[in-house]
Amino acid sequence: MAVLSDDGRRTAEAILARYPAGRQRSAVLPLLYLLQSVEGRLTQEGLREVGELLGIRTAEVEAVASFYSMLRLRPTGTHVVSVCTNLSCALRGANEVFEAAHEAAGVEHGEETSPDGAFTVHPEECLGACDAAPVVQIDFANHDRVTPERIVELVRALRAGEVPPPSRGRAPKDFRDASRILAGVEEPA
Amino acid sequence: MSAAPTTRIVTVNWDDPSVVGIDGYLAAGGYEGLRAALAMTPTEVIDLVKTSGLRGRGGAGFPTGVKWSFVPQDTGKPTYVVANFDESEPGTFNNREIIEREPHRFLEGMAIAAYAVQSHLAFVYCRGEFLWPGEILDSAIREAYAKDVFGGSVLGSGFELEVVLHRGAGAYICGEETALLSSLEGYRGQPRLRPPFPAVEGLYASPTLINNVETLATVPSILTQGPEWFAKIGTEKSPGTKIFSVSGKVERPGNYELPLGTPLRTLLEEHAGGVLGGRRLKAWTPGGSSTPLLTEEHLDVGLDFESITAAGSLLGTGAIIVMDETDCIVEAARRLVQFYAHESCGKCTPCREGTWWVSRVLGRIEQGYGRSEDLPLLDELGENILFKAFCALADGAVSPIQSSLKYFRDEYVAHIEERRCPFTGVGPGAQTPTGSDEDGSGGVDEAGLTEVLT
Repeated sequence: MAVLSDDGRRTAEAILARYPAGRQRSAVLPLLYLLQSVEGRLTQEGLREVGELLGIRTAEVEAVASFYSMLRLRPTGTHVVSVCTNLSCALRGANEVFEAAHEAAGVEHGEETSPDGAFTVHPEECLGACDAAPVVQIDFANHDRVTPERIVELVRALRAGEVPPPSRGRAPKDFRDASRILAGVEEPA
Repeated sequence: MSAAPTTRIVTVNWDDPSVVGIDGYLAAGGYEGLRAALAMTPTEVIDLVKTSGLRGRGGAGFPTGVKWSFVPQDTGKPTYVVANFDESEPGTFNNREIIEREPHRFLEGMAIAAYAVQSHLAFVYCRGEFLWPGEILDSAIREAYAKDVFGGSVLGSGFELEVVLHRGAGAYICGEETALLSSLEGYRGQPRLRPPFPAVEGLYASPTLINNVETLATVPSILTQGPEWFAKIGTEKSPGTKIFSVSGKVERPGNYELPLGTPLRTLLEEHAGGVLGGRRLKAWTPGGSSTPLLTEEHLDVGLDFESITAAGSLLGTGAIIVMDETDCIVEAARRLVQFYAHESCGKCTPCREGTWWVSRVLGRIEQGYGRSEDLPLLDELGENILFKAFCALADGAVSPIQSSLKYFRDEYVAHIEERRCPFTGVGPGAQTPTGSDEDGSGGVDEAGLTEVLT
């Protein structure tokens, strides 16, 4: 069964139309975000549909998708928690925040996604917000100056179905919602 | 202690929350620089930017007007402008704040650049992780279309400019301009051979101008206030101001716009509140993690391209990461090299394999399992990565390795001789009570150790 609905196909056409005629391949990243917003990750079927839309092989689409860390080819939690552990954040205690996030989300040692599928937790490279170290992104929304205690609260809130307000801007509901915003098909807030 | 008076160009309106929208920006005199540019010929605009001496703020410091003049005209192909908003250099966060606070200043600079090189289609390559800044930019672009700043006739001039927001998907290498173009064309973000330079054969093999967000955001004021005004600020060879992103062990981390040539001491003590907790400065990066570390002895070196180069480092993006006397330099170097190992695109063997090996060697030294031959080994690995790969990512990876060995070799030796990290106490040579040795392991996490040694 197709991943994209008829409505989804029309959205994909609108994405393709952003780029100059004959340069539709440029739409590969937003199209992958669109598929990711439907499936919560990328699957072979999703990659195949993107290839079809662009007139390129599934393998070429996968070659692109596997290069970028925000495109997820593996099972992924409802929420993605990214803890910056690069130097500026590490100097301000990020490693303890990461450990606390990992434990609070119930992710097993050496894994990144919790067995209940609620969370993917991973150490992140510099998020460009070092003035607010340690920085955590939940579904790509920034939380500033996060302590180990604070990350436990945030994870608890997410588990209770809340969407904790980020330090600036609006928070996506979950990883799928964030992927939809990244596809550029939503009106900006 | 009150902050010293400063010249602010790009951040001048940052205290005014209304300038995030186009009405507030117009009320503050916004888009007057674009209006002035449209009344000139494109060549006059390029000459004016050349006269100002503005240099690219994305890291390389190349003269902006000269870069604009490299874009050929009448090639029979479209000309593109690509704004590089893929800000990912560790420690750097000024582009993000420019967009969060005053996106139109950047869009205005981009429109001026497009007019100067006669491009009718501009792309903004926005870092994927910048979800919220991307939404602000999306709104700002829509506002600009609604006010006829973009579209079929820019401010009624008859000049056409379309603007497309394009989001990346998580890859540091896409900040490198040729990798960015590969990514924008729909491929893996791997760098390309230069020449041909993007000015001649860039996006879709067509003439392309690529500029950083801060560079473009600096341009409108040069148009309104004149190149002579700009050239008088800063130093002779590094004119103007720079937004320095200060992070790590300081009292007040943040973005501070100061004239180029301002010494770190002024930035640190008068603006950023000094080293956290009044501790002693140990090491700092002048331009992000890719630039060699400097130390306390360089406190009075001016933060401009020439002075920092003369001191043995690079101004880069002006991202200052501060480490204090309680921070372990081996661990800092290890963490930075791990970043490059993660972000290496895999194209070149010295970078792909070298960064991985160096991070392993640094890891074992930090864990107290270093060997006497590890220091010459690190020297050799550094030599075999530096200038041996296709793009500057590999050279950036060598910066923390070589500079930490240069200034803090004793600290490496102490790790190896004492068989522990002198700061955390972790390692087989741990002495209680420094390391927790309740289980007799010397404070070593066995799982972590396997990772380090295998």
